[in-house]
Amino acid sequence: MDKFIKHTGTAVPLRRSNVDTDQIIPAVYLKRITKSGFEDGLFAAWRNDPAFELNQPQYKSATILVAGPDFGTGSSREHAVWALQNYGFKVVLSSRFADIFRGNSQKAGLLTVILPQEEIEKIWLVVESKPDTSITVDLDKKTVSYAQTTIAFAIDDYTRWRLMEGLDDIGLTFTKIDQVSKFEENRASFKPKTLPIR
Amino acid sequence: MGKTLAEKIWAEHVVSTTAGEPDLLYIDLHLIHEVTSPQAFDGLRLANRKVRRPDLTIATEDHNVPTLNIDKPIADPVSKLQVDTLRKNCAEFGVRIHSLGDVEQGIVHVVGPQLGITQPGMTIVCGDSHTSTHGAFGALAFGIGTSEVEHVLATQTLPLIRPKTMAINVDGTLKPGVTSKDIILAVIAKIGTGGGQGYVLEYRGSAIRALSMEARMTICNMSIEAGARAGLIAPDQTTFDYVKGKPHAPSGDDWEAALAYWKTLVTDTDATFDKEIYLNADDLAPFVTWGTNPGQGLPLSESVPNPADFTNPEDRGAAERALEYMDLKPGTPLKSIKVDTVFLGSCTNGRIEDLRSAAEVIKGKKIANSLRLLVVPGSARVRLQAEAEGLDKVFLDAGAEWRSAGCSMCLGMNPDQLKPGERAASTSNRNFEGRQGRGGRTHLVSPLVAAATALKGTLSSPADL
Repeated sequence: MDKFIKHTGTAVPLRRSNVDTDQIIPAVYLKRITKSGFEDGLFAAWRNDPAFELNQPQYKSATILVAGPDFGTGSSREHAVWALQNYGFKVVLSSRFADIFRGNSQKAGLLTVILPQEEIEKIWLVVESKPDTSITVDLDKKTVSYAQTTIAFAIDDYTRWRLMEGLDDIGLTFTKIDQVSKFEENRASFKPKTLPIR
Repeated sequence: MGKTLAEKIWAEHVVSTTAGEPDLLYIDLHLIHEVTSPQAFDGLRLANRKVRRPDLTIATEDHNVPTLNIDKPIADPVSKLQVDTLRKNCAEFGVRIHSLGDVEQGIVHVVGPQLGITQPGMTIVCGDSHTSTHGAFGALAFGIGTSEVEHVLATQTLPLIRPKTMAINVDGTLKPGVTSKDIILAVIAKIGTGGGQGYVLEYRGSAIRALSMEARMTICNMSIEAGARAGLIAPDQTTFDYVKGKPHAPSGDDWEAALAYWKTLVTDTDATFDKEIYLNADDLAPFVTWGTNPGQGLPLSESVPNPADFTNPEDRGAAERALEYMDLKPGTPLKSIKVDTVFLGSCTNGRIEDLRSAAEVIKGKKIANSLRLLVVPGSARVRLQAEAEGLDKVFLDAGAEWRSAGCSMCLGMNPDQLKPGERAASTSNRNFEGRQGRGGRTHLVSPLVAAATALKGTLSSPADL
């Protein structure tokens, strides 16, 4: 995973609430066995519409998605995170993320930042009137800034540290693997096993 | 102070805890399917890692597979590659798999309980958000992403931040024709699709206690539609009776030890929840969704709402978009809405009881000429059981299609899909735009409403026949 410390880019506004992972990438696009190439399925049902924000030329090079509340609800498909990353997004801002989507994004290195809805509305207005507005998301300082505005955001220290160091969880857990073995010695004998097949 | 059920199960599975870090939680059972696992196995190979506990892991093929001609090669080459990849990965890493054609094949959340590997007090994960289904047994069960699938394969653990707890209290008695599907649709309509974010839900109360295991699974299944990763129900005699005798259920002394432990799995009387919600079962009626998220639902006797009546601007905007997509006008009685397809199946309502209750309504009658009825058992075992009881004949005689097991029309990734503009009454769990096929329109319903709708051609309950 790449380290995430600070990102500066332009943004695209997505004024819709409850954008579920079936909208982010429909199931029919989930058949690849790699983690790349999912950008063609991103928001597939809306991409034929020239008025859809991602199709508007002024937002073509945006790397920050400014989404409505309850972004990423529904299916656990991490493909939704990969599709956003494959397309070129580094950060998603929203007032509320679904739990599984947020967890997936933090594992895969897509920064999801929670801001109050009124701040999201302000950013929408600024980006819509001036699409080339440069926005900086600083994970070290825990701030989002644009023009003369700086907004602080909260993120738990552990996730922040992991993202800034670009560490993957599996490697970290292997440092505690002796404790896992110890735990296994004490598991009750009645706990089911899938093997041998009965 | 006492603990809630979720807190007890959590505490029993903590491998390591450090201030300021997520807890490392042991996972008792890992369920796998073809869609969310290939990249995880690839990750293991790249890092030269193995599956730590193949004996706590099991795979089935469900999302991608056809429900017709299952003895033939899968026609879609991309689907076939994904299924073949799962088979290869399971062979390479020593994971048990039930492939298409195997008697134990089926939707992963139907297979676990019927094999008896879903038991009270366990932690269960799967790369599928409807893993919450297994919470019906008093297990802490939740969906995970592919990075987490890889993590569990490699370590049999997951680092997780402990969620808050919410009690959903449902007391009273359901009226005839009202089912657990209606309870959960009412819950989601009440708390919203984000209401459960950050929580584990515990369904409690006399109406929940009165439900069968299958009805409980329907409720827990849709916890994620309320935003909660997990939902559970304390195990009781209904649970113990269901598990007993299943292929992987404990036996002999193990059964006695297990039972003694399972009986401790209740929320202590002095425990407190972070939030409590109350519903009266006597007030509930058959529910149906009118919009494009599962929170946009109403009793079947009501009419399509007017977006202008929503005070919250987000809800108003969402309702406007939903009605446009669904091609519905405010004020239209829900019962006047004509459907083209009825889908009976999925991990929500594809179990034997669901098929029995629908067959009871349909028996000896014919479905409306204007629609098709797709009946898709949740597993090969459910299909066999239904055939042994003659349910297949009931459905076929009525003019329905009787299919093989799989996720089928719940999600548009196998051949069973709605066409653009087609409208469905569906016993599945999601009415998102395009969920059942691009441009398709979905109304979520119970198996009873699905059956009555298939006969009448418009959204109906058995009482309307």
